[in-house]
Amino acid sequence: MYAILSILVENKPGILFKITHLFRSRNFNIENISVGVTMDHDYSRITIATNCNEKQIQQLVKQINKMIDTIEVKRLNQNKSVYKETILFKILKSKKSDLVELNKLCDTYNGKIYEGNNSIIIELTEEPNKISSFEKEIKIHKILETARTGIVALENNEY
Amino acid sequence: MNNMSGAKSLMLALEEQGVKQVFGLPGGANLPMYDELFKSDIRHILVRHEQSASHMADGFGRVSRKAGVCFATSGPGATNILTGIATAQADSVPMIAITGQVPVNMIGKDAFQESDIIGMSNPVVKYSFQPRHASEIPLTVKKSFYIAETGRPGPVLIDIPKDVQQNESKMDFTSKFKIKGYNPWTIPDVTQIEKAIDMIISSTKPMILAGGGVIISSSFAELQSIAELLNIPVVTTFKGKGSFPEDHPLSLGPIGMHGHAEANKLMTEVDCVLAIGTRFSDRSVGTFDEFEKKLKIIHMDIDPAEIGKNQTTNIAVVGNVQTSLRMMIKLILQKKLKKVINSEWMKHVKEVKEYWRDNLKIHPGEMSAARILRKLRNTLPKKSIITTEVGQHQMWASLFFDVIEPGTFFSSTGLGTMGWGFPAAIGAKIAAPNVPVVDIAGDGSFNMTENSLATSVLEDIPVIVFLINNFSLGMVAQWQRTFYNRRMIGVDLKNCPDYIKLAESYGAQGIRVQSLDQLEKAIKTAIKSNVATVIDIPIDPEEDVLPFVAPGTSLKDMILPS
Repeated sequence: MYAILSILVENKPGILFKITHLFRSRNFNIENISVGVTMDHDYSRITIATNCNEKQIQQLVKQINKMIDTIEVKRLNQNKSVYKETILFKILKSKKSDLVELNKLCDTYNGKIYEGNNSIIIELTEEPNKISSFEKEIKIHKILETARTGIVALENNEY
Repeated sequence: MNNMSGAKSLMLALEEQGVKQVFGLPGGANLPMYDELFKSDIRHILVRHEQSASHMADGFGRVSRKAGVCFATSGPGATNILTGIATAQADSVPMIAITGQVPVNMIGKDAFQESDIIGMSNPVVKYSFQPRHASEIPLTVKKSFYIAETGRPGPVLIDIPKDVQQNESKMDFTSKFKIKGYNPWTIPDVTQIEKAIDMIISSTKPMILAGGGVIISSSFAELQSIAELLNIPVVTTFKGKGSFPEDHPLSLGPIGMHGHAEANKLMTEVDCVLAIGTRFSDRSVGTFDEFEKKLKIIHMDIDPAEIGKNQTTNIAVVGNVQTSLRMMIKLILQKKLKKVINSEWMKHVKEVKEYWRDNLKIHPGEMSAARILRKLRNTLPKKSIITTEVGQHQMWASLFFDVIEPGTFFSSTGLGTMGWGFPAAIGAKIAAPNVPVVDIAGDGSFNMTENSLATSVLEDIPVIVFLINNFSLGMVAQWQRTFYNRRMIGVDLKNCPDYIKLAESYGAQGIRVQSLDQLEKAIKTAIKSNVATVIDIPIDPEEDVLPFVAPGTSLKDMILPS
C-alpha cells in the first residue's frame, strides 16, 4: 500500500539521518523523500512516500511520532491532498522538429522548456502518475539525463 | 551568571541532579571533565573496561530508578560503552552516558580516537546531544535527565568535544525548557479502562501478564490489588519476573522460552489477557498467533508504539501503567465487583500449578541447578537484590529462584548481554548498600567482565558472584545438543581460569563448593564478608534448561524434561 507521510520536525542537524535510520532499523522502505525548511525556520517538513501494509504503516507512524524531534506526523489522505514531484529531462537537440514536438507535449502536460545550444531541459511538476505517463511519451527523444525530486504534499480540507 | 568552563558546569549540573557517583574511565578527550571531577564531591568509581561502567550505571538505574551516570573517553572509550547503552535501551533503563569527543574543529578529520558516536549510537539511545558551545551544557544535562527518566525510560548520550569542556562561558543554570515533540504524560483513557474491566469480567479464563513496565513504575501494590480483587492468576514475562511475589497463591511465574511449565500450559488455555507493561517479545510468547484468535488481549503500556507492534490487541490503554492500574482499581471498587471464588477456571489453575510443583522432573544429583538455586533462595534474605548474567544460569534462575520481594530481580532480558550481571550488581549495591547483592552467574558470562572484581575490591563495593560453573557456554552447548545433533563447537571453556585463584588475585574471596551444605555455609560467609565473594559451584556440564519452548514455536509445543 502506497502511503504519504508528512512529518514536521525540529530544524536541527542530523534529524534527516535519524528519520531515515528509523526506516532502516525498523525494516521499512522509503520510495522517495523530500525535505525542506518551513516558513518558521525552527521546523522542517519531511515528506516520505512508502510502500508497506496497513499494520506496518500504523507502526511506522507511531515510531516516527515517538521520536523526540518529531513535532507532528500525518498520514495524508491522498484524495484530499495536493502532491507533486518535479522532474527535469535533458534532451539532445538533434533536429529542428524536436522543439516543435516537445512544445506540443509540454502544452498538454503543462511542462516548461529551457532551450540551450545543443540540448533542451524540460521541467514538469506533477503528480507521480502523470510524470510516469509523460516519461513514456518523451522517450522517443534522446534523453541525456534526468533528475527527479521526492514528493511534496499537503492535505487540503483537513479541518 | 558565573563564568566557568564547560567541564565545571557539567559537574555542577550533575550535582544539581543529585548525582553522587559516576562510573567511568578517563582518557585524552575527557581529561577536562576528570579534572573537574577531581575538584567535585561526586565520587568516581573506576572501571577496568568502559562496558562495565555502562552496566554499573544500568544496575544503579534499575534499582534506584534514577539515571546512573557513566563516563568514557572518545573513540574506543565511546564504542566500548555502546553495548551498555544498547542494553539499557532494550530494557528501558534510565542512564546518562557522557563521552569525550575530539575538539570541534577536528570532528570529521578522522582525528586520533575520533568516533562518530552520535551516529553509531542513534538506534540505541532514547536521545543524544553534542553540545557545540560550553554554555549549552547546563541545559543539556537538565534535558538529558528529564528525557532519560520520564515516560518509557532510556539511555541518553551526551558527547562533549574537548574544547567545549575547556572553554569558559557564562553559564545559566536557571533556564527552563520545553521539548515540543516530547510529552511523556499521557493520561490513560478511562473509557478504555471501563471496557477492559467489562472484558475481564465477561471472560471465563482470565490471566494477567505482567511485564517489566510494572517494575519500572513500581506498580507492585497496584498489580497485587487487581489480581486479588478480581481473583485472577498472574504470569509474568521474564523481565517482569518479580513484579508479583512468586510465593503468592495467584502467582504462576514467568512464561516464555524457559517459562514455568504451569505458566506456559495455562497461558495457552486463557480467553482474556490483561497485559501490563510488556512488549510481547518473541522470547516471552513464542509464536502467539495460533491461539490469539480465540484470545482477547488488553494491552496497557506507556509507549503507544508498543500497541500493535508485536501483538494485535483488542483494547489498548496508553499511559503510565501505575496510573492506569490505579484508575482500574478505583473503578472496580466503585462497581463493587465481587471476586469470583472457586470458579472452574481457578480450580483448574490450582490443579495445574500443584501438578507441576510435584511432578516437574529436575536434573539428578545433589548439585543440580534447581537444588542450588533453591538453596540460595532459602539462605538469602528476601530483600536481597539479584542480578543475572545471560545464559543457562539466567534461565535456571527464572525457573528455580523465586522472587518474593517485588522489584529485587534484574537481568539483561532484551539485549541479552553476557557480562552484564556482575558490573550491574556493583551498580545495584551502590543504590542499595544495606542488602546483599548477588550476581547469579555462569562461567562464560562472568568471564566477560570479571575484571570488575578490581572495582568491587578497591572501591569497597562487596557483592556476591554465585557462579554456576559448567565449564562451557552452556546455552549454546544445549542448542548444539538439541538442534545440531551434538556437533559441539566453540563451547568448551575447560577449567580455565581457576575462579578461586582469579578472585584471590584481585583481593576478593573465592570459595569452591561441592555440596549443598558447603554451599549454604559459603552463602552465609559471603553475606557477612566485606569483600566480593566468588562462590564457584561446579555442576554437570550436560544439564539442560527445561522446560524449553524452541525458537519459532508456540508455548504449547513446550519441551519437558524426560
